[in-house]
Amino acid sequence: MADLITYREAVAEGIAREMRRDPAVVCLGEDIGAAGGVFKTAAGLFAEFGPERVWDTPISEQAILGAAMGAAMTGMRPVAEIMFSDFFACCWDYLANEIPKVRYMTGGQVTVPLVVRTANGGGLGFGAQHSQAVENWALAIPGLKIAAPATPADVVGMMAAAIRSDDPVVFFEHKGLFASKGAPAPEGHVVPLGQAAVAREGSDITLVALAATVPLAMAAAEQVAADGISAEVIDLRSLIPLDMATVLGSIARTSRLVIVEENPYQGGWGGTVASIVADDGFESLDAPVQRVTAACVPLPFADVLEQAVIPTTDKVVAAIRRLTSY
Amino acid sequence: MTVREEENAGTAPAIGRDELLTLYEQMEVIRRTEKAAHDLFLSGLVKGTTHLAAGHEAVAVGASAALQPGDYVFATYRGHHHAIARGAAPAECLAELMSKGTGLCKAKGGSMHLTKASAGMLGSYAIVGAHLPMAVGAAWSAKLRDSGEVAVAFFGDGATNIGAFHEALNLAAIWSLPVLFVCENNLYMEYTPIGAVTPVGRPAADRAPAYGLPAEVVDGNDVVLVAEAVARAAARARAGAGPTVLETLTYRHFGHSRTDPAKYRPAEELQQWLQRDPLNLARQRLTSAGVPEAALTAAADRAAAVVAAAVEEAKAAPPPDPEDAFTDMWADGGSAWRT
Ligand SMILES: Cc1ncc(C[n+]2csc(CCOP(=O)(O)OP(=O)(O)O)c2C)c(N)n1
Ligand SMILES: [Mg+2]
Repeated sequence: MADLITYREAVAEGIAREMRRDPAVVCLGEDIGAAGGVFKTAAGLFAEFGPERVWDTPISEQAILGAAMGAAMTGMRPVAEIMFSDFFACCWDYLANEIPKVRYMTGGQVTVPLVVRTANGGGLGFGAQHSQAVENWALAIPGLKIAAPATPADVVGMMAAAIRSDDPVVFFEHKGLFASKGAPAPEGHVVPLGQAAVAREGSDITLVALAATVPLAMAAAEQVAADGISAEVIDLRSLIPLDMATVLGSIARTSRLVIVEENPYQGGWGGTVASIVADDGFESLDAPVQRVTAACVPLPFADVLEQAVIPTTDKVVAAIRRLTSY
Repeated sequence: MTVREEENAGTAPAIGRDELLTLYEQMEVIRRTEKAAHDLFLSGLVKGTTHLAAGHEAVAVGASAALQPGDYVFATYRGHHHAIARGAAPAECLAELMSKGTGLCKAKGGSMHLTKASAGMLGSYAIVGAHLPMAVGAAWSAKLRDSGEVAVAFFGDGATNIGAFHEALNLAAIWSLPVLFVCENNLYMEYTPIGAVTPVGRPAADRAPAYGLPAEVVDGNDVVLVAEAVARAAARARAGAGPTVLETLTYRHFGHSRTDPAKYRPAEELQQWLQRDPLNLARQRLTSAGVPEAALTAAADRAAAVVAAAVEEAKAAPPPDPEDAFTDMWADGGSAWRT
């Protein structure tokens, strides 16, 4: 394939492809129009589709998600941007009480085919209120589908699946990956939600990762390969639906599991994965499950402090060594 | 800013005698359904909680009379009147309250979430103010689809102090959306008078000018005045002139919820409002229009019969299948979340 594209470009490309094929797809969010989004993840959409399809909103996170919901109930497929995932706290009612529950509590009378896109995660030194990885917040609420791609091609393919989904999808775009590059997505590329990818095959230990922890796990796998340890890396890609079949199938071969997540240990998504492994994969294990997580403190500002808190390649390597020598 | 008379000329449909009699009968149905819900709650057949709308009937019935079938309505937990006014049958409402499988929401919603999507009644929401942005979104959708539909959010006086109200008015105003914000000002939140926590006298209407929106204060107990005001606002919205705030003044006849005796309301105040019972006002209008007493009695009797039959139907209905707890979360009808 010719040129590589960035993860950032892939976001806009994924949205644009769906807007071209379905006139019901409309975007709304702060600074997403002519400005193209603060992370430029909506770049080019306004120029191509105009103000009838790409709507700049006031700084009103509740109105953004509430309006997306009302539009989704009445025939549109809105794609709402919440600039930073930390701001979910400002519209949490919609993510926790309204969007995930309305179909169920009306006995299936209404559906809300919408996507909430957001820039998630740390590593860029934005401090405590602009750096959190909050996919575990969404995971705490039944009724939301959760996508968190790691590569540009997956961004495009999962964006297609998310926008076409008749269920609400929270789409986490990792800030630390925006500048990363990868192969472009082929025409018509769709990656169904709920299908993990085996990013690297291995036989001694399984590393389960998501979004920005995928490259960390890959780097760690590369490092331990020099010592003859063969690590398999699974990119979960979505948290709901959760592809545990791939994880359980992997540990049946490797017998060892490290979960690499950016959520804090308390309440992080890895706890759910570990719990399912305890229930359904206990017989496969030859060692305890290890979680490499963020520490249970707010995200600090200075690089040296932030790196102390979030997962790093070194921390993953240490966990692999602990388990392979168990 | 209030709507000037000349802007409204010709937009309000005159409500004729026959139509008014129908509206009166609908209000009787709602009143009697609410009374039945209250009695069923006291006898233990309705669990959880109810927020009865007896006293608010004219707001729902008047508004509905002025709306089109394709329009969208969003209500609060105090929403039985809106569900029925839009076309839900009392039996399916009561079945929902009584945890029956035949309930409007298959007994998954309960009293606070009555919904009749097939009639454009897109839900009752129990987080104060949350549905105002949704109505804005439905109006945005109507505008995008150029459908000519309008969306209406009904909400309490208390909802005017929550952020979502202000975000909704602002967004609707800047996008000039076909949405009506209809406040049912019943003077109280749960137990505290709205005036005690609000710096302006008309909690909804007095806020509208800050968003450049027109507002009207309406006698919410007079079904004709409500219908006329909603018709004016809907006509403006359909003509592309944007949102309107309507503050309807009304009063609840029961307490806030469950068995609240509403002791916090002065006796004289209650008496004054009971004299302005929306059903009485409608009867007075009908009588002065020459409708004979017998026709009023017949309408009330029909309503009583409908509700009595609804109570029996709901009582006889089967409970939901426990397996139904695991349906309807996803659009495929199921709730699977992992492999
Ligand atoms: C966000 C939120 N805060 C508080 C409550 C609890 N609550 C339920 S009803 C209510 C009073 C609302 O008053 P108003 O808006 O005037 O409506 P009314 O009940 O009078 O119809 C309160 C405080 C709630 N449901 N949601
Ligand atoms: Mg009130």
